[in-house]
This record gives sequence, C-alpha cells and structure tokens, in this order.
Amino acid sequence: MQRRDFIQLSGLGIGSLLTAGVPIVGYSASPEYLRDLSTGEMGIDTAGKKQLSDVALNAAKSKGATYADVRIGRYLNQFMFTREKQVQNIVNTESFGVGVRVIANGTWGFAATSDVTPDGIAKCANTAVAIAKANAKLQKEPVQLAPQKGVGEVTWKTPIKKNAFEIPVQEKIDLLMNVNGEAMKNGAAFVTSNLFFVNEQKYFASTDGSYIDQDVHRIWPTFTISAVDRASGKFKTRDALSSPMGMGYEYLDGLNTEKIKAPNGLIGYRYAYDMVEDAALGAKQAKEKLTAKSVQPGKYDLVLDPNHLGLTIHESVGHPTELDRVLGYEANYAGTSFATLDKWKSKNFNYGSKLVNIMADKTQVGSLGAVGYDDEGVPCKQWNLIKDGILVNYQAIRDQAAILGEKESNGCCYADNWDSVQFQRMPNVSLQPGSEKRSVFDMIKGVDKGIYIIGRGSYSIDQQRYNFQFGGQLFYEIKNGELVGMLDDVAYQSNTQEFWNSCSQLCDQDDYRTFGSFFDGKGQPSQVSAVSHGSATTRFNGVNVINTGRKI
Amino acid sequence: MAILTKEEAKKIVDKVLAYSKADEMSVSLSGNRTGNIRYARNSVSTSGESDNLSLSVTAVYGKRSGTATINEFDDASLEKTVRRAEEIARLAPENPEYMPMLGQQNYPDSKTYAESTAKIDPEFRASAAFDSIDPCRKKNLTAAGYMEDTTGFTSIGNSKGNFGYNRATGVDFSITVRTDDGLGSGYANPDANDVSKINFKATTEVAMGKALASAKARALEPGKYTVILEPTASVELLQNMMRSMDARNADEGRSFLSKKGGGTRLGEKLFDERVTIISDPMNEELPLSPFGGGGGGGRFGGGGGDGLPQEKRTWIENGVVKNMYYSRYWADKKGVQPIPAPGGFILQGGTQSLADLIKSTEKGILVTRFWYIRAVDPQTQLYTGLTRDGTFYIENGQIKFPVKNFRFNESPVIMLNNLEAMGKPVRAGGNLIPPMKIRDFTFTSLSDAV
Repeated sequence: MQRRDFIQLSGLGIGSLLTAGVPIVGYSASPEYLRDLSTGEMGIDTAGKKQLSDVALNAAKSKGATYADVRIGRYLNQFMFTREKQVQNIVNTESFGVGVRVIANGTWGFAATSDVTPDGIAKCANTAVAIAKANAKLQKEPVQLAPQKGVGEVTWKTPIKKNAFEIPVQEKIDLLMNVNGEAMKNGAAFVTSNLFFVNEQKYFASTDGSYIDQDVHRIWPTFTISAVDRASGKFKTRDALSSPMGMGYEYLDGLNTEKIKAPNGLIGYRYAYDMVEDAALGAKQAKEKLTAKSVQPGKYDLVLDPNHLGLTIHESVGHPTELDRVLGYEANYAGTSFATLDKWKSKNFNYGSKLVNIMADKTQVGSLGAVGYDDEGVPCKQWNLIKDGILVNYQAIRDQAAILGEKESNGCCYADNWDSVQFQRMPNVSLQPGSEKRSVFDMIKGVDKGIYIIGRGSYSIDQQRYNFQFGGQLFYEIKNGELVGMLDDVAYQSNTQEFWNSCSQLCDQDDYRTFGSFFDGKGQPSQVSAVSHGSATTRFNGVNVINTGRKI
Repeated sequence: MAILTKEEAKKIVDKVLAYSKADEMSVSLSGNRTGNIRYARNSVSTSGESDNLSLSVTAVYGKRSGTATINEFDDASLEKTVRRAEEIARLAPENPEYMPMLGQQNYPDSKTYAESTAKIDPEFRASAAFDSIDPCRKKNLTAAGYMEDTTGFTSIGNSKGNFGYNRATGVDFSITVRTDDGLGSGYANPDANDVSKINFKATTEVAMGKALASAKARALEPGKYTVILEPTASVELLQNMMRSMDARNADEGRSFLSKKGGGTRLGEKLFDERVTIISDPMNEELPLSPFGGGGGGGRFGGGGGDGLPQEKRTWIENGVVKNMYYSRYWADKKGVQPIPAPGGFILQGGTQSLADLIKSTEKGILVTRFWYIRAVDPQTQLYTGLTRDGTFYIENGQIKFPVKNFRFNESPVIMLNNLEAMGKPVRAGGNLIPPMKIRDFTFTSLSDAV
C-alpha cells in the first residue's frame, strides 16, 4: 500500500488556503521518471490494461458478483514550493495500483492492491467479493444500480497544449524566482510561491462492457505575498488571483486575450494566467492593505468577482445539493443539508432570485471537473441544479438515481486514488452569466453604497449550509457608482436562501471565468477532489457586512 | 508484517546507510496497520483495513538533498533506492537553509503503544459499530459514526550515528446521533492510545442524550455571552493558536507573537495568570512520540522529521509566553537552542467537573462543539465558526433549554484573557483540555442548522 502524507503548509506560507495541509499520495520519483510516465513512454499499454481488467472482472463474477468494476490508476504529482530567493521543496510522486469494486448479495465490496499482476488482481477481486458478502449481513436494502450501457473501448484526454511534466524543472523554478523577485521589488516583505501539477491516468472497466482509458491533467499556480509594517506591528497578505484549471502548462502563458480588465487596474484571468504581473500587483495591494480604512459594519450591496464568488457557490450551492449529504450519509463529518427532498419535490422552493441559474457539469473545457466518463463509467454531461431560482435537481450517482426516480446517473462519481473507493463528488457547479450586455464597470456605476470583493479569503458555513461568513483578498468601497478606496476587516454573513434571493444583477458571458478548489475534502477516511465554479461578476443587494478587526 | 521490532528496523536502517555514497544520508522506516468502520443511517456503509510499510531515504550532497521511497526490502531494492535518492539529490537545487544532520540523540521511552489497540480486528470494529448503532435503533434515533484504529512504528537513523524507534497505537471514534424528526443532534469524539479507555456504548449514549436534549431549540439574540466550552468545543481553537507559535514567523513580523517595532513577545504576559500550557511526551494520559515526525503516520507526529528529541516543555506559564518553537535553521541564525513543535499539549486546568462549572453559572451558554473553524485574521488569531450538536442556555446553575446554533467570531488569545474558571483536563483531539468558563464570548449571528 501507499504512503499518504500531508505536507503542513503553515510554515510554507499557503496556510490561508488550506487548513489540513497538502495531501501527498504516492512514492517519491525523479522528475524525468514522471515525464516519461506522463508522455506514455513508460507504463502498461491499453491492451495490457484491458487484459488485467478482464482478470479482475472474471474473478469477481466467478465468485458471485453481479456487478464489478476495476480501476487501474497511475497518479503523478509534481508540487513545487519556494520562498523569496530559494526553493524549499520539490515533491515528485507516483502512485500505481488497482481498485476493484463489486456488488455481491446486493451489497458493495471494495479492495485495492499495488500488486498489478494477474494473480494480485484476481486475489484483490476475491477479497472485494468476500467483503461484500460479509457486509451483506448488516445490509437492510440491496443496492439499486442505475443501468449503464457499456461504452466499449474508448479514450479521453484533457485537451492540453503543453504537458507540464515535460517542462524542465529549471524553467519552472525560474518562473517562481521571477514571481518572487517581482513581488519583492514591489514592496513585499515575504513571498511564497507554488506550482501544483497533477496527471491522473485512469483505466476503467466494468461488467457493463466498458473499457475506458483516460488521461487527466490539472494545474495550479499560486502565491502568498506578505507586507509588514514593523513600526505598527501590522501585517497583511495577498494571495494569487489565479485559478486551478484542467489545463496544461499553457495556462501560464499569460495571454493578453485572456485578461479581463476591471476598475483600479485590477485584472481578471480567464484561460491564461500572468503570474509575474499578478505578483507585482499583489505586492502593491498587500502594502496598500496595511493602511486601508477599516470597514463600517452594516448592509452593503456586494459586487462579487468570479474569483471570489466561486467559493460562495461551492459552499452554499455545491455542497447542499450533494444527494448523499441530503440523505444523511455524511452526517458524522461534513453534515447534512437544508436542501431536503421535500423542498425539491415541491417544485417551488426559491433557492434564489429569478436570475439564478446554476448548472452542474463535468464537461466544461479547461475546468477541473471535466472528464469524458466518471469513475463508474458514466459518460459526462451537464444538468440544471437551480433553474430560474428554483431547486430542480441534485448531484447523484448510479446507486442514488433511483431515490430521485431517475433512470440514469448524473455521472459525478470519483475516487481520489486507486486505493480509495469511488463515491459521489461535486461536479463543476456554475452560475450562468446574464443575457444582457454588462461589464463590471457598468455594474459598479449602478451601486450607491457597496463593496467590490475579489479573491478567496476566510470561509465558514454551518453543517446544513444555512449560515455562512466569507472574507476575500481585496475589498473596495463603492460610493455613488465609483470605487473610492480600499477597505480592510471585511467579512459578510448571510443565510444561503436569503443571499441567493438578493442576487440582483449579472455581468455577461464576456466576464465569465472559473474559480477552482484543488483539494476539496469529503468522506471518512477523507478523500480530496478538484472542482471548478464558473460565474460572471454578480451583484447581491443589502448583505450584512461585519468588521473583523480586533485588538489583542 | 507492517510492525517491525526495534531490532528488525535497525537492521534495515543500517543496511541502507551502508550503501550510501552521499555526504550525508538519513533513513525513515515506518509501518502501520490501520482499520476503519463507517456507518450512517444506522447501517454500516464502509469498512476496511490496510497494511503499509515503507522506507524513505534522503541523500545529501553539500546543501542539495533528494528523497526516494520504496516498499520492497530485498537488498537490490534497497540499494536501488539509495542510488535513486543520490541521483535526485545531485540534480536538486541548493537549499541555503539546509542544516547538517544530527548526531546521536537521547530519546525517552514513551508509552504510546497499547496491546489492546494492536489486537483490534474486523470483528472488534463490527461489534463497536453494533454497540453504537443498536441503542440508537432502539430509541428511534439515527447514528452516523466512524472509528479508525492505527498501530504503527517509526524508526529513524542517519549517517551521523543517530537512531530512534517508537511504536504507537491510536483510536479515534466519532459519533453523531440525530433525532428522527431532524430537530436534535448530539456528538461525541473520544480519542485514546489504548482502546480499552473508550466505551463505545457509553460514548454513544452521551451523543444520544445530547440529541434528545437539543431538539426544539429556541432562538437567543446573538451578542456577548458567558460560555462554558466543553473540551471538544475549545480544542481546535487552542490547537490553532498553539500551531501559530513559530518563532521565525514572529521574528519576521507576521504572527500574533510579533512585537511592535520588531522582535517577538517571548516573555510577555499575554493571557490570564491561571493559563499554563505544557507538553510532555511521558504524560500517562497523553503519551507522545519521543522525536519529531515519529510513528504511524501524521497522527503521532509533531515538529518535523529531523529527529529533535521531544522533552517536557512549558509554552505558557501563568499567562507568560515561555517558549516558542524554533526550526534548526532559525535557531542557528538566532543563536538559540532549536525547539520542535509539540505533538500535543496540555492546558493545565483545575479540579472542578463540568457539572460544577454549570452549577456556578448565573447566566450562560453551554457549548458542546464548534464546527467549521477558519482563520479570519492571523494578526489577532481571530477565528470564525459555529456551534453544533447541542448548545444550551444556563440560568441559575441549571441547564434550562436548548438554543439555536450561533456563529462566533473570537480569538483564543482574547478567550484566555476572559477566563472565569477551568475544570479538570480531559483528552480531546490528541491534547488534554479542561472545560472552561469564558466571559464575553462573541456570537455574531444565528444559524438554523441542526
């Protein structure tokens, strides 16, 4: 089995983004080894994987399984950590093995092994069946699996232009040193910068007759800049305004055509990120935060940038519409959901105002959720969660579809490694942009008393997803249609239904971008997953803002 | 297989070191067997067990280091791994903060291992789940729980002659009980090295009691309240503060322990004088690994993997900051002794019970759990989060009625200044924490969540 370690990042500087640290799964390897695996110069070919899969499926069936699927997975990670002028750590890992899931006696069983040989796989399939049969004794109702027609032998690959694992390590270090240098030149006291690259090579086969070979790539560049005023003893930070993406190294090309201009020289990044430019701006903004005006608490109209709103969507729409949470399967950990089945059945539960259309999808190009097929062989699609403000659907997988009276899965099943069992995970959940032509400049012009919020800050929400509080990276006061200056100590508190019903205006498709979460946690033992949330800049009226300044 | 004895481990460590051609080499060998059982809606949903034995080799040339790992232990595999670590090291960028490896250290023999936990098997887990589910079924309540047990060892060694070995076991059990109508919810979360200290049925009954008592909660206005925090509630806030006691961050001006004008607040009185926080790997109730990064995965770790010995240390004494942790690099730069972060801490309390604290309270709120705690401002250690799974109004020394959950915005630093009373410490989340009575605790809004 594999090592599953967490790199604690408090000392590495991105602690504000992650509380549990960065999960590292797999064995250390050299960058060259990862490159060769990532480009397919090494490893088992598709025919070999098909043969091994058939061994597992046949073994499971012969032991009495009525359904079986097998995932042969190779997971490659390269994570880079720097501060100021030095490289702190470069983590290169590979994890390779197979997981077999079966239904026997109407009950799920799962087993995994790193012994990827015909013998090892057959033994693993036998164990999975034995576990299913043992658990069947405690089972009250048999698993009802939504049918899925086999898709035959197919392949899918993230449409990348540059494989990040092929880019020399030195080139990546040079970029980060350039980022750090630019931050220091512009007034940063300290800076940490990071690159995260992931390549999941997943071969899925099931007794439905599917043999699916997928090659999935993800990238996340980020940094944290600190500004310090020794005299007053104050310090402030500004995190990168990048987004993790389902893209290759081309995301770092920083193309001007992917930049969206906003007031005060702010820049939004769509399908390309200019990390050096953002670092220079970030350092200046971190310094400006040291002397920014402390916010007067009260009701404000909020203008929320996509790089901020994504997390609010994630927490207040993404999680409460996970069907397993609604049903109580996550009650002991993440919690349950206010979006109960009776609200959905009523067909008139106003989750938000009429402007609110929120879609789930696993198909959007460049997003973290995009794959061809999910981890139980279901072709990916998009579907409505909230239509014209009304709750219309949930996120469901094959063994949940029947609960909703559906005949097919939504295709949002995922396991974070070959040795973890797949379960329902959040697809991309995105707010659709407005149909009227509107830029962020236009939107701000219409606000009398408001705050423009950019970037991911502090976030907290209750276990049924009613009450939340969000901070951000940058806050600007809006008075009579104009930005008048930077604010500090801002957080807004609201109730999910109240908040989405206060949604009063949307920017259009030209302003639409994705935000992403690279290490979203769920389940016990906990598994991570990566997910994107798209939106255009959006206005919410009369939201309660508190002042978070304290003296100790 | 996964749990090697000290002698078996030393043999492998020595063999690996003998293959070294690097300037310095360190080896970490660890193994564990971990099992779990998860249930929800009064049925078992998943259970599993896995073995894990792996070796990690770090080779160093000058200030360049490289790490390779392996889970095969024949001579050829071991040598191949050494060569791979050396190759990665040669290609690695220089780390200007690299510190030479430590020579022989003295590690105390701490009692982190319990045979009772090492013997846990699938039947034990199933019966623990049954003991938890069965009373809930009978009372028309719904149980969701998770139990995870780990038995492991870590052995470290290096080319400067250092060697360490530690065995550890641990059990973490959490149980959420909800009423049938979804209006009441209760929780309990004990942890122990020795599983015989956890009574699964009795623990579940605590959560059942809270679920029944918390149903039909009334709304109170948010504001400042005297609160009684059960250890399960306060532990995460205190842990967050303790994790922010790094000296380098403070020296760099970006910590709550940074001093105006430069330097740190070491030696300053920041808390109520009754506040004393220590760590001690030899404590019977809270035994900890004798070296940083030791044993059975992250669970028993603390202080990084460079092998500094853990000793009894006082972090805060009578409200005064006595120690902060220093990495070996930063200590060297500042000319002080390096101090690893502790693997767990003890907030020394008093002798009163939770019931005593309630009895002496005229008006207040009993908080049994906080949830979704996130940092709002690292400068002031301000955190936000919510109460969960049972919050109650106290009047004239008695629990009067359950109240709706609150969101709070509060700093543990302010909390430990507004201290009214402390009870007897109990184990919570791998620490020893007393129940505490705190005045002027800041609740900022209400939540409808149950």
